[in-house]
Amino acid sequence: MDVQLELLINAVVAGLLLGGFYAAVTAGVSISFGMLDIVNIAHPAFIILGSYVAYIVNIQFGVDPIVISIVMLPAFYLLGTAIYQIYYQSFERRGQESLRGLAFFFGLLFVTEVTLILTFGVDYRYVEASYIGPSLHLGSIDFPLRMLVPCVTALIMFGALQLFVTRSFTGRAIMAVSQDQLALQLMAADPIRIKRIAFGISIATTAIAGALLIIIQPVEPSVGREYIGRVFAICVLGGLGSLPGTLIAAMLLGVMESITATFYGPSWAPAVSFGFLLLTLAFRPAGLFGR
Amino acid sequence: MSPLLHVSNISKRFGGFVALDGIELEVQQGERLGLIGPNGSGKSTLVNCICGTLQNEQGEVHFDGAAMDGLAAHQRTHRGLARTFQLPRPFHSMTLADNIRIPMLFTAHKRSGPLHADSVDARCVELLRLVGLHDKARQMPRDLTQVEMRKLELARAVAAEPKLLIADESMAGLSHSEIDDILALLRQLNERGITIILIEHIMSAVMSFSQRLAVLVTGKKIADGKPEDVVRNPEVVRAYLGE
Amino acid sequence: MNTIKFTLICLLVGAAVFVGGHLFGVGYLFFAGYTILQFVVLASAWNILGGYCGYVNFGSAAFFGLGAYTTVFFYKFFPLPIPLLIVIAAIVCGVVGFGMGYLTLRLRGAFFAIATLAMAVVLQTLVVNWDYVGGSRGAYIVRDEMIPIFGYSIEYIEYLFLLMMAVSIIAIVISRTIARTQLGFGFASIRDDELAAEATGVPTLRLKLIATTLSGALMGMAGAPFPYYIGYLQPASAFGLEYGVNSIAMPIIGGTTSWVGPLVGALLLGSLQQIATVTISSAVNLLIVGLLLVAFVVIAPNGLVGLVQERLKAWRRK
Repeated sequence: MDVQLELLINAVVAGLLLGGFYAAVTAGVSISFGMLDIVNIAHPAFIILGSYVAYIVNIQFGVDPIVISIVMLPAFYLLGTAIYQIYYQSFERRGQESLRGLAFFFGLLFVTEVTLILTFGVDYRYVEASYIGPSLHLGSIDFPLRMLVPCVTALIMFGALQLFVTRSFTGRAIMAVSQDQLALQLMAADPIRIKRIAFGISIATTAIAGALLIIIQPVEPSVGREYIGRVFAICVLGGLGSLPGTLIAAMLLGVMESITATFYGPSWAPAVSFGFLLLTLAFRPAGLFGR
Repeated sequence: MSPLLHVSNISKRFGGFVALDGIELEVQQGERLGLIGPNGSGKSTLVNCICGTLQNEQGEVHFDGAAMDGLAAHQRTHRGLARTFQLPRPFHSMTLADNIRIPMLFTAHKRSGPLHADSVDARCVELLRLVGLHDKARQMPRDLTQVEMRKLELARAVAAEPKLLIADESMAGLSHSEIDDILALLRQLNERGITIILIEHIMSAVMSFSQRLAVLVTGKKIADGKPEDVVRNPEVVRAYLGE
Repeated sequence: MNTIKFTLICLLVGAAVFVGGHLFGVGYLFFAGYTILQFVVLASAWNILGGYCGYVNFGSAAFFGLGAYTTVFFYKFFPLPIPLLIVIAAIVCGVVGFGMGYLTLRLRGAFFAIATLAMAVVLQTLVVNWDYVGGSRGAYIVRDEMIPIFGYSIEYIEYLFLLMMAVSIIAIVISRTIARTQLGFGFASIRDDELAAEATGVPTLRLKLIATTLSGALMGMAGAPFPYYIGYLQPASAFGLEYGVNSIAMPIIGGTTSWVGPLVGALLLGSLQQIATVTISSAVNLLIVGLLLVAFVVIAPNGLVGLVQERLKAWRRK
């Protein structure tokens, strides 16, 4: 096969695998921003936290990072509910979410990142697992397992979320609260409790996303910053609150970044997602699949 | 004489939902028009389209002989269109006097020339006196009762020296005497030459105030005429007034 | 007190501080003081858009870095005296601020904030890839030891300190003047309720564009002398997130509704950070900033100035 074409196909495949992972990273923001209207700009910091948790347990006990993250789900969920409680008491109730809510999460982002720097330093950390290294080959197309396994896991998690949101009572209540809080109250469901659960789930996803991240690439505390733009770009592009839209947008962004990195070099990659975000916000804020 | 406000074939959609469907409406200079209809019929959407807060997809709005399309809300206010909001939206970090000062500074001067600092202050107090709030001039909106907030809304709209004032459900939840207060105020404004569109659910108020009545149901205008005729219209009775 | 009197008082205070420092000859104070004054400018500039108008800008680092790199560009292309560079940076960053505003100000507050962050990263990426100004390798700026001013010869750092003092005074005077004029009223109405502001005749887009342009220009002015201060400039340090955090933390901690808040926040927090950096480490000082930001935002939303005002009100009622 022609070298350029082969390069392109591999870039696209890598992009799709990456996109699956990005979908897992963004799923939480789809819930917190898309459905709850909470601009949790600290979301990537929690992902990095998840990465470090997976790292510590993996290094100490050799447990598979994905397994660790599943065990950590309840802890992250509780963290999410606690943060929402503070957010609600301090801001939502007083109707001051815009300026102060943003500043609050910005501060959290910072505190988390700096605490990680102080605890672990700025060296890159990575995990050990049997599938980091080998690749599947289909003709001249490579499927590195360290990308494939996270992608598959991400899609499973994503599918589980979509099922939850469309089939379970709580999940549908979450969708309802994003559309009409008053109606939900009239149906005797407590919107605050629903939102708390939703935000808890949003943070719980970061446990898994963090483990997936550290499988794909080595992690150090400031890696989270690159993801702020990506996450919101995907969320906005996919149409706020639409999980399927988020998945497609994530794939799109993954492929674009992959092609850019392959043909123009990795130093331009951050500009791709952030630039795309800017363009989307400027010209089509409802996203490609907006509600 | 050409109408002060001419709304022709206005349509507005939100995604798949048609909020307004081909609305035609005329309001003459000095008229008192009542606009009624069930909740969700599109009354506030219509107001938003007329005033520029929302852009209609189809149709045109003509005000005072000029086309309003493409003009931002503040530009329409400069030309003499003022409105109150269904849920009062005061500037919560400012005193009542300062709330009134904003439209004075940003709109009134466009219509009656540059203002002196002293005359601005005097005019603010005068407007507050008009709605009976002058002794609370230095207080904050959060210290007001519901009625007082509605009055502030009206005073703020009047401060812009409008030719047309749209009062959007200013009386919801008020007592009889409070409703009478607001009606008297609106009548006073009308006598000064301000054309008024009153959007209300309180039929007694609407009937006593309006010279003409229009009815909106699910985005369509189903009646437009003398109040006593409109309330007997069978379609209106079915859709809104009930048995 | 009218603006001219206020400006004169600021100039006097500034001169006194400078002369005092010069006479006592503690060199480090000028280095620390420069940084603190830089934050006075950044905090005041941020507050014009953030505190007065209610639009949170996460991208302060972008304008600061852009100002710094404008200087680097001219250093390599055609060296100019720093005061002129400050003016050029103001123009460049003002234009960029206007452009950014035009693209993003139609968005809801949250989207706007994210867009500013995106812009900061895009700008940083562009600079990192621009080899003429050194790219990721960085750029060296050589400066003189001493510089003649009005016949005296002073240390270069003192010169930089004077310049930043001048820019600080400009920033404070502008902040204060805005708050006392019609423009300030307009900004406040936008912050309180933009929809109602627009309906009462406030030209919200135009005012917001003024705010972003002014804010951007001032931040650029803060960044312009930075390459000369630091000697070796890298994109990571010019566009560092600490500028973004501090620009937000200082006004919020000080108090966002007046021009005093950012000044108080910058002086206090800036000094605290200098002390922390020297005694503990620079990472810890950022942690302190983050924690204080979260604490103040949750507990004391009107900042220190707000707390003082409440104390005064309670005391007056007695």
